[in-house]
Amino acid sequence: METLERILGEQPFFAGLNPEFLRLATGCANNVRFAAGEFICKEDDPADRFYLVRHGHVALQLFAPGRGAMTFQTVGPGEMFGMSWIAPPYKWTYDARALELTRALAVDGLCLRDKCDHDHDLGYELMQRFLSRTIESLHATRLQLLDVYGAKV
Amino acid sequence: MAMSETASMGGVEDRTIPCVGRVSARRIESSDVVTLDVETPEGPVRYAPGQFNMLTAFGVGESAISISGDPASGRLTHTVRAVGPVSRALCNLRPGDAIGVRGPFGVGWPIGTAATRDLLFVAGGLGLAPLRPAIYAALAERSRYGKIAILYGARSPDSIIFRRELEGWRGRFDLHVEATVDHALDDWRGHVGVVTNLISQVEFDAEQATAFACGPEIMMRFVAQALVAREMRESDIHLSMERNMKCGYGQCGHCQFGPFFVCRDGPVFAYEAIRPLLALREI
Ligand SMILES: Cc1cc2nc3c(=O)[nH]c(=O)nc-3n(C[C@H](O)[C@H](O)[C@H](O)COP(=O)(O)OP(=O)(O)OC[C@H]3O[C@@H](n4cnc5c(N)ncnc54)[C@H](O)[C@@H]3O)c2cc1C
Ligand code: FES
Repeated sequence: METLERILGEQPFFAGLNPEFLRLATGCANNVRFAAGEFICKEDDPADRFYLVRHGHVALQLFAPGRGAMTFQTVGPGEMFGMSWIAPPYKWTYDARALELTRALAVDGLCLRDKCDHDHDLGYELMQRFLSRTIESLHATRLQLLDVYGAKV
Repeated sequence: MAMSETASMGGVEDRTIPCVGRVSARRIESSDVVTLDVETPEGPVRYAPGQFNMLTAFGVGESAISISGDPASGRLTHTVRAVGPVSRALCNLRPGDAIGVRGPFGVGWPIGTAATRDLLFVAGGLGLAPLRPAIYAALAERSRYGKIAILYGARSPDSIIFRRELEGWRGRFDLHVEATVDHALDDWRGHVGVVTNLISQVEFDAEQATAFACGPEIMMRFVAQALVAREMRESDIHLSMERNMKCGYGQCGHCQFGPFFVCRDGPVFAYEAIRPLLALREI
């Protein structure tokens, strides 16, 4: 447990979190491993966790008939994915697939939500962190949407 | 053509007149990007990484195009993307065809003054072309620099330019090379996402690093902001700007950018000098 707490605390997402909150969060986390090509989640599955990647890379994909799986983001060491457990309808909105052997920490969203409901200070701290990740990814998505490498029109 | 020389008429340098060169080789980089090697009557060329030439497609017109080759080779190399009449005509040239060359013009990357420092090259799309001479120059004297990272963002895997070279650089132990694309199908094994995401994945000493970024202006703005967020100084971040050009040497005012002429004072500028201008819509 102690090692898991240390590993979790080393993840950028949890960096600087007060030790008591980190201990609470560790109670919801466990180490997971995925083989190359393995699906971690599929679109429309119930979303009950998020992942902090420690090793390897994960492709976030949408499948389009006739075009196949299209990757819109890859996630590597130190990065996280999975926000759908925070708000209804609690469903994954994409497929996540390990591109290579991937080690990650899976954090149980239901367990964490429960702890946040009981301790609003923990909830506020974590939601701030999730919000700042959401803003970062919104900025990146905007840049992707603008298709800046295309010809000027 | 020596660095400060261009075509000469009766011994008097006239920067308005192109010298007539010949295309000696043509390589297709992607569906709309072509690299041309050009031979000029003056023989081996000298230029500073980051400088550009005004290239003429005879009968069509002239465009500013950066030099994209190895400065040590003495060869003139340009990489052109077909976006309009002139660039399309340049892309359609074949070995043996005539091409007009005026230049080299402008202020290049301050690669020499970055000795002993960590170097970050951040390129987007065709922006790798103006950076490539600086990368060659740094690699030619690899031991003079600290860590070197090349971060490259492109629209899709098939729009990546200089692919073989990137792969070769990636295989070196003394370079950190990462490429990312905006979208990809399942067969792409690299990163997907914006180039700024890669900045968090490289190690460098922000106090002792110099960054060179080239690509669409909006991308360079985001890159500069991400580097500043990693505590780099604005004066250590250099961007290559593009504005419409006519004369190429500070006479006509076409390329005015606030108090600067991009052709004469740039195209490479320190972020510190141009940051306020990047936010203005009017220029
Ligand atoms: C210092 C400098 C260095 C440059 N280096 C290179 C280089 O190495 N390789 C290169 O291919 N180009 C480079 N350019 C841009 C190049 O000069 C223009 O793309 C070219 O002049 C366009 O001329 P055109 O007649 O083909 O198209 P235009 O008729 O001028 O434009 C046709 C269409 O293309 C769009 N367009 C124009 N320029 C660009 C652009 N840069 N990117 C995307 N869309 C554009 C226009 O908005 C228009 O919609 C450089 C420009 C500058 C100022
Ligand atoms: S192009 Fe004439 S002043 Fe710059």
